[in-house]
Amino acid sequence: MALNLLKDKGIPIEQQKFTWKDLVQKPISKLNDDAFTRVRVILMNGIESEAVRFGHSCARMNKDLQRPLAKVRRIEQHQQTIVNWLNPADQSPLETTIGYEQVAVEVTASLAQNEPDPYIAQVLRFGLLEDFDHLYRYSALLDRLQGIDANTILQCYSDIMPGRPTVDEHRDPEDDLREHYDKRTASPLTKFNAMTIMAGEHQTHDYYMHYGPWFADPLARQLYAEIASIEEQHVTQYESIIDPTESWMEKWLLHEANEVYNYYSCVSQEDNPRIKAIWERFLEYELGQLQYVMEVFKKMERRDPAEILPASLPEPIAYKSQREFVRKVLHDELDLRANGTQFVDKRQEPERSLAYRRQLNSEGSPTQTVAAGYRWNPGTELAAKKKGRVAA
Amino acid sequence: MNHSTDAGMNKTGIDMSPIDIKELLSGVEASEPSSQGDEQTLAAYRRSYIMEADPIGFVPVPGSLKGAAKTGMQKLMGKKPEVLLDKLGARLAFERAGTRLYDALLDKCSVRSDEVAGLSGGLSLDRLREFRNEEAQHFMLVMEAIKDLGADPTAVTPGADIDGVASIGLMQVMTDPRTSIAQSLHVLLIAELADHDGWQLLIKLAEELGQDDMAGKFRGALAEEGQHLTTIREFVEKSCMSEAGVS
Repeated sequence: MALNLLKDKGIPIEQQKFTWKDLVQKPISKLNDDAFTRVRVILMNGIESEAVRFGHSCARMNKDLQRPLAKVRRIEQHQQTIVNWLNPADQSPLETTIGYEQVAVEVTASLAQNEPDPYIAQVLRFGLLEDFDHLYRYSALLDRLQGIDANTILQCYSDIMPGRPTVDEHRDPEDDLREHYDKRTASPLTKFNAMTIMAGEHQTHDYYMHYGPWFADPLARQLYAEIASIEEQHVTQYESIIDPTESWMEKWLLHEANEVYNYYSCVSQEDNPRIKAIWERFLEYELGQLQYVMEVFKKMERRDPAEILPASLPEPIAYKSQREFVRKVLHDELDLRANGTQFVDKRQEPERSLAYRRQLNSEGSPTQTVAAGYRWNPGTELAAKKKGRVAA
Repeated sequence: MNHSTDAGMNKTGIDMSPIDIKELLSGVEASEPSSQGDEQTLAAYRRSYIMEADPIGFVPVPGSLKGAAKTGMQKLMGKKPEVLLDKLGARLAFERAGTRLYDALLDKCSVRSDEVAGLSGGLSLDRLREFRNEEAQHFMLVMEAIKDLGADPTAVTPGADIDGVASIGLMQVMTDPRTSIAQSLHVLLIAELADHDGWQLLIKLAEELGQDDMAGKFRGALAEEGQHLTTIREFVEKSCMSEAGVS
């Protein structure tokens, strides 16, 4: 399936229509569907969520773009609804959280490996080890709060063990900013990767901020508060790798192209035929939206979209277990920390971040507490062959 | 449609990933927790929150002086009438939610007629409608009892609130289009078990507090709730045995 971003017309935006019934389709099965189907559902919700978020920000700053943005954004809103409503009702907020972290681990690992810019790849690997640790902490919570095995969601594709301990991830804001790619020289894949990871992390942040107060347990509330804070750091990190001198119009064009790339990646690997049909439909929708935005771009900037966009798409995001790569990064880069925009050994971490961390952790650490002595075990730690504790 | 108890591709267990599980376990084996302790560490951490917590809410005081002067309320003076008001509020909310639970089940049954017909012993929809209407009547009965005490039946008491939270899962399962009639009946049984005990406790409390008229009216409701429980329990058992092919 070879696509030409500049020529493939897709479905014109005037023909992109929905009904309420269409917006609320049958959900995926928590029990029967492959974990990577859930991973794609979660990531694509993030991609659409970013499309809507960007569209609003752009509209607030560009009067001339408000009309075309409103047209496209309404479609994105409904696309996001269809995608996000594929999550089933029996998948609890905490189970969905496990899914979010699996996205963060497996997708980030895939992006980090195909990223052509060595510095951006390093940024991705740095974030990867932090999200990997979140997966372990939330798995401990799911086990110890609700008696549920996180692997029932992860399906053995992802490891459940500590990464860079979350307690050490809290940094001064200055140490979360990174160098950005150069819009003139960066490969399209670098731009796509940056937007994809930013979208994924931003929705993760928003999800934790929304569901943290849903929990009754004070430790769970603290855990979501702590990890949401790191997700805020990650959004800060990932949005800073994007060239801020790109024009609003250029950014809009790249957003649309990245949506095409992401749906294309989903189509190429989805094994649930019903969900694949949704990805195929939205791939056509996105191509139609891209055509529309290219016309707006030509009119507004009097430039050829080919100056920004490639004709062909890069290799799709690999939706498969990245265990080997993650373990290598874990082995090689666990002790990296940030000093401004650079990565350094933990002995060289600036005092500002150490002081910031000491303050936040001074009344205890929810991530350390929830996983105190925790080792994942098939069927939860209660099934481990150890002397069972008798409740007093 | 397929039944949820049919065999098929369920990917949640480790047997579905014989190669990956070995990798996963070897990784866990080689890793160390980043902090020491066990489940007790979590309990200690929660301690301050439990000690410092405010209550979920208070039982509302009667809205009018007229209410406080009512005969029923006067009889409660010197005791703690808030407990009765709380339990009445809880029963009221539970009966109202229970009516909606039956509504949802009846809706599902009207679509899944083949499944209803297939249940051994037959699931009587007329019986379910009767129970639904009785739940609604019980709701009205409690509302009148609260009014008789001069209290406000529109207020949410703490007991009503926690029952509502506890019942969220019941409604989620019942209204999920994917759940079968048998699974829905299972949910209804959980509700009826709690409901039955709730009525028993409420009647005992009313008697102890000298509310004999109230207790008398409630005994009729308890008898009907007893019927609900017995019947739904039978439905659940029959549907289970029928699915298993042993009836």
